[in-house]
Amino acid sequence: MDHIVLVGASAAGLTAADALRLEGFTGTLTMVGDELRPPYDRPPLSKRVLTGDLEPHRTTLRQDVDLQRLRMDLKLGCRATHVDPVARIVTLDDGDRLDYDGLIIATGLRPRHLPFGRDLAGVHVLRTLDEALTLRVQLLAGPRVVVIGAGFLGSEIAATTRGLGLDVTLVDVESTPLARQLGTQVGGLVAELHEENGVRLCMGRGVTDLLGAGGRVTGVLLDDGTELPAEVVVVAIGSEPAVDWLADSGLPLGDGVLCDSTCRVAPGIYAAGDVANWPHPLTGERTRLEQRTNATRQALAAAGNLLAGPAGATPYAPVPFGWTDQFHAKIQFHGWCPGDARVAYVDGDPKAGRFVALYYAGDRVVGALGWNSARTLRAYHDRIAAPVAA
Amino acid sequence: MKVIIDEDKCVGAGQCVLAAPDVFDQRDEDGIVVLLDALPPDALRSQVENAAALCPALAIEVVK
Ligand SMILES: Cc1cc2nc3c(=O)[nH]c(=O)nc-3n(C[C@H](O)[C@H](O)[C@H](O)COP(=O)(O)OP(=O)(O)OC[C@H]3O[C@@H](n4cnc5c(N)ncnc54)[C@H](O)[C@@H]3O)c2cc1C
Ligand code: SF4
Repeated sequence: MDHIVLVGASAAGLTAADALRLEGFTGTLTMVGDELRPPYDRPPLSKRVLTGDLEPHRTTLRQDVDLQRLRMDLKLGCRATHVDPVARIVTLDDGDRLDYDGLIIATGLRPRHLPFGRDLAGVHVLRTLDEALTLRVQLLAGPRVVVIGAGFLGSEIAATTRGLGLDVTLVDVESTPLARQLGTQVGGLVAELHEENGVRLCMGRGVTDLLGAGGRVTGVLLDDGTELPAEVVVVAIGSEPAVDWLADSGLPLGDGVLCDSTCRVAPGIYAAGDVANWPHPLTGERTRLEQRTNATRQALAAAGNLLAGPAGATPYAPVPFGWTDQFHAKIQFHGWCPGDARVAYVDGDPKAGRFVALYYAGDRVVGALGWNSARTLRAYHDRIAAPVAA
Repeated sequence: MKVIIDEDKCVGAGQCVLAAPDVFDQRDEDGIVVLLDALPPDALRSQVENAAALCPALAIEVVK
């Protein structure tokens, strides 16, 4: 193998580069990323970057010397536009054509937009560092804020902006924040946390329009006719895998790039991170995770399997792990937290603001969630068994 | 091998403790990493390097 191309210069792409070099790949490495900035980390963007507690440069994923040590051609501000998996060529938007022996796809996600109001000033999405910095500048003017979507990103942004002392409303069609991610029982506790801290919750409500005047957003219209006045609106209604550039490649696409259990998409092509969809060996279900630790772990797996070749490849079978920080709550979870699971508190107490909750499928523990209990939670990690497909 | 941690970057994910329990622990109240052994024996090298690679906050540095 002489030339490996990595598309996507972020958590997964960079880890793959590290892993390839660590495992002794001495050939040519090219990394293509369409952002101008050198690779940086996203989790702080909705947390301490937005509050201003973390200087933007501190999100950098690798110092210059460490990037240089990877001996790769890092093409920033450059988009991959096409792959020919038969001729093994990646085409770039500057017209360059890269012949590859190995290709790792790590293009992550693009935020979804509402079908209306997208061009009004004051309407934001948050995926990139520049979007975080732009939003921060707007928040400094003391606006009323409406956050649409109460998943991890939206509920975190609501908590962070409220922490800055702003007037904040969080809207979602679900009955509680994080309902889809953690179920309504823990979601109910997140709702209480937000209310205690002064966030106005509009749960069970859809957004039907964004209102504007003179090109600026002035409010959000809900499906019950309520108008929420706002100078800043953050749209956090989920994301779509960035696979547009693969549309005519003939590669299998669905909710992301479809891989096999070893993260392999086609001969010599692997995928990792938020964009990768693979049949999880433990559950038998197609899975795509939008979690920071998965980007790292899957990139290690994909890089290892690319070098090992199909005969030597190992299936990728992680116990998922994610976290979110909201007000004073540090919430972390291992495994699977399905909405219909029975949830039992086993350590601490929700009223005390500190507990471990176990998620059950029948009598199997399939997930464990810690609320300000990082250390205690770890003890439950080994008890988690994957939910088996019915 | 020398291990350096950056508490300010740590997000308390505990991936390091799962990877190298003899070298890392976490504070109980906020989960922030505690370095148990700043100069771990070479036998733990692969565990420690694994911990550094898995840390989502890049809070662990291994100096040769
Ligand atoms: C604000 C925010 C907060 C988060 N907080 C948490 C958290 O608390 N906990 C947690 O577990 N996870 C969190 N996450 C999720 C975590 O950041 C992601 O799982 C992780 O970034 C995924 O890494 P990735 O490399 O797969 O994709 P990405 O980070 O999305 O990187 C993909 C890169 O590829 C580029 N790209 C796309 N298409 C092309 C193309 N055609 N050519 C070239 N380049 C291309 C993109 O511009 C991007 O730079 C958060 C995410 C965001 C946005
Ligand atoms: S893995 Fe990193 S972020 Fe997590 S506890 Fe250890 S040092 Fe902190």
